[in-house]
Amino acid sequence: MNTKIRRLKKKNFSSIIIIIIAVVLNVVVSLLMGYWSYSWLPIQASEAAHYVDNLFAFETTIGTFIFLGCTGTMAWILVFNRAPKYDESNGEPLEGNLKLEIIWTIVPLILVLGISTYSTSVNYKLENLGSKIKYDFGAEVPFVEEKKVFDYGPIDVISRQWNWEFVYPNGIHSSELHLPVDKRSNFRLITEDVIHSFYVPAFRLKQDIIPGSVITYSLTPTKEGVFRLRDAMFSGAYFSENQTNVIVESEEIFYKWIKETVKKEPQNGLNPAGRLYEKRLRNGNRGWATVKPAPDPKVNEVGSEARLHDS
Amino acid sequence: MTIFNYDPRLVKTKNSYPKGPNDWKRFFSFNTDAKVIGIQYIVTALFFLLIGGLLGMLIRGELITPPSDLFDPTVYNGLYTMHGTIMLFLFLFPILSGLTNLLVPPMIGAPDMAFPKLNALAFWLVPIFSIILLLSFFVPGGPASSGWWSYPPISIQNPLGKIINGEMLWIIAISLSGISSIIGAVNFVTTIIRMRAPGMGFFKMPIFIWTVLAAQLLQLLGLPALTGGAIMLFFDLTFGTSFFRVEGGGDPVLFQHFFWFYSHPAVYVMVLPVFGIFSELFPVYSRKPLFGYKFVAVASFGITILSLVVWVHHMFYTGTPMWMRNLFMFTTMLIAVPTGVKVFAWIATLWGGNIRLSTPMLFCLGGLFNFIFGGITGVMLATVPVDIHVGNTYFVVAHFHYIIFNTIAFGIFAAIYHWFPKFTGKMFYEGLGKVHFALTFIGATLNWLPLHWAGLLGMPRRVASYDPEFAIWNVLASIGAFILGVASIPFILNMVSSWVRGKSAPPNPWKAIGLEWLLPSPPPHENFEEDIPTVLNEPYCYGLDKPFVEDEQFYIEKSLKKI
Repeated sequence: MNTKIRRLKKKNFSSIIIIIIAVVLNVVVSLLMGYWSYSWLPIQASEAAHYVDNLFAFETTIGTFIFLGCTGTMAWILVFNRAPKYDESNGEPLEGNLKLEIIWTIVPLILVLGISTYSTSVNYKLENLGSKIKYDFGAEVPFVEEKKVFDYGPIDVISRQWNWEFVYPNGIHSSELHLPVDKRSNFRLITEDVIHSFYVPAFRLKQDIIPGSVITYSLTPTKEGVFRLRDAMFSGAYFSENQTNVIVESEEIFYKWIKETVKKEPQNGLNPAGRLYEKRLRNGNRGWATVKPAPDPKVNEVGSEARLHDS
Repeated sequence: MTIFNYDPRLVKTKNSYPKGPNDWKRFFSFNTDAKVIGIQYIVTALFFLLIGGLLGMLIRGELITPPSDLFDPTVYNGLYTMHGTIMLFLFLFPILSGLTNLLVPPMIGAPDMAFPKLNALAFWLVPIFSIILLLSFFVPGGPASSGWWSYPPISIQNPLGKIINGEMLWIIAISLSGISSIIGAVNFVTTIIRMRAPGMGFFKMPIFIWTVLAAQLLQLLGLPALTGGAIMLFFDLTFGTSFFRVEGGGDPVLFQHFFWFYSHPAVYVMVLPVFGIFSELFPVYSRKPLFGYKFVAVASFGITILSLVVWVHHMFYTGTPMWMRNLFMFTTMLIAVPTGVKVFAWIATLWGGNIRLSTPMLFCLGGLFNFIFGGITGVMLATVPVDIHVGNTYFVVAHFHYIIFNTIAFGIFAAIYHWFPKFTGKMFYEGLGKVHFALTFIGATLNWLPLHWAGLLGMPRRVASYDPEFAIWNVLASIGAFILGVASIPFILNMVSSWVRGKSAPPNPWKAIGLEWLLPSPPPHENFEEDIPTVLNEPYCYGLDKPFVEDEQFYIEKSLKKI
């Protein structure tokens, strides 16, 4: 009897050691994964980016801990609790454990409430979205007074099937979006046909553009470079071509660009979808139905399709 | 003793259709036997899994290289739209209806469904709307190509201006599918509430029955919103009304609310029965009672209720105001709690068991492994700032395939293997089953794990071409998809050859507890016929010395045809 208790105690002791080692190992791996997760994301090029990345790293850490905790337990079971061949006896008949189940309900509850509260606080820090005003589709886009503070703008972001056009306060039309670094720029997001989405992965920001509504939006780029702007809401046949570049420059270069570009004569802007559609027509218009792409925008700054992007 | 609400008249009512000849022709007729209908559903659905899978491989073929070089982008858009639609409405919903049909009556001791004719009608709508959907490949302009969301205005643009177009056929097919599901749901709910064996109170039902009830109630609550939205979309497209048409003062975002009010819960309609399957199979193959039966049962309804108030998380960046985003983030997060209860219960069920790694168990374990992963990325997607970055990218595509294929389809395969001997009366080949599992697990992981990184880097979903920096992830994914295609070969081989010439199955090959295992394999037309068992305990009392039904020995001997 005595030896049995002693053996049980010994077994308990060694299992506690194993659990401690497993938990410590799990914590280390989870922290490493959280640290590593920054490298899975594009360059951080706006003030939103590091908030989003920190939140993502935090979630990766917790997620890894839970994932390894659960699957590690499963692996342990698969190694040590396998039934020998021809053994069809039952396992230990545990029906439940109220205490454990309550813990396992409350811990996730606290965890998700914590994560939600954290992300709510991030939401209030970002505050990119301004107002959304409906207007008569096809009529002139109304002027919307932006209540939030910004340094430059508003720039009209006009999305179409399938090209982008940016109109600056001084009347410049451009196929690429030039922005001054470290200044809060303000936009009026407009679509002329279907829903599009203004998405710059390096900024970690995305906003759908709704027909019949004008949406105001602000963001602050924090890094100079060339970043892809991708339409992220499926918009029809040449949706994948509906991309352009965001060029973030120092304030000096930006204002120089503004001053010089206004003098340029308007010409046909970037419209890769239009070129592809012409090619399709030349090849006998094969394929399934599509609406015609919008004509080339008339812009002062054409930009370049061949420009290399940083992310 | 729980008061049972079993209505003995139900046994006495003549089954509306006479016992047909036991030949293969009954599978091609308007048969009202739930077991025949179940197999009809499953075989039809598996056929569409092959078609949907073929479309998936075409998609991966296009995406193996950055430029759009295999198809014209319009064709690509049609293919991915049809891939999603076929997989959801022609594979997943029908196959789950099929499993539900097969399992519900025997598991609760009922002779058949409550409304056998409605049941057959619900099934026969499937081939009808499937044909309508497939015909849309051949109409001028091609099939619907606005994604399975079919968001206006893109879905009502109708470039050729013809009355009959792919989008129109798509809406008709989806509405018919909705009607079929509503009919099915009425039937399942009625059957479960009214036709349980004596003694089977709610807290003695198998968990699969709990989850089916939770899922089918969700169908009844949610589907009207989608069907209503689809009809309005049909009117906008065909008759020029302005529910969603901006030019006439409509609002396209309204459709998104109708759509997601149902289509988010739809995921739970599909995943809940799979949770049920996990809860049935883990006890059998680890020879242990289900851990925390009551918690697991009630958690299903927690999921049902919460899933009705989370739909806006699909619309975090459509201009939704801040308070609403935060609110729906909290509700979405809360779903992790009942789901976590289930995951914990499954792992605790495995703990200290006598694990047998047979094919169904392997699929269950693989499904649970993938589900934990998919659940974690789901929580990431629920947080607004992260969703604003990765929403509508390949991260979402990877996440939902982890749920919809790597969890749900894994659970379905587990169920098919587990109950195959019961309903065909034949054993399957274990070796081929294990090959099928290995190929499926490797293919699925290779297909969808790498795509998370493509999404994190900012590759939008639904693109036909992409920037070269995403190429590596896409090459890996495409290889995975082709392995998944290969995985279907051992599966088909196994199913067909086992059914034709497999060994005869005993009534209870897995030594499982459950009413269906007290029946002969395959069960007779009206299951228990005149001798409905009286249930004493829930069907998970492995090693507990608690009797499952009154006079169990009688049923065991009857199933062995000794009586």
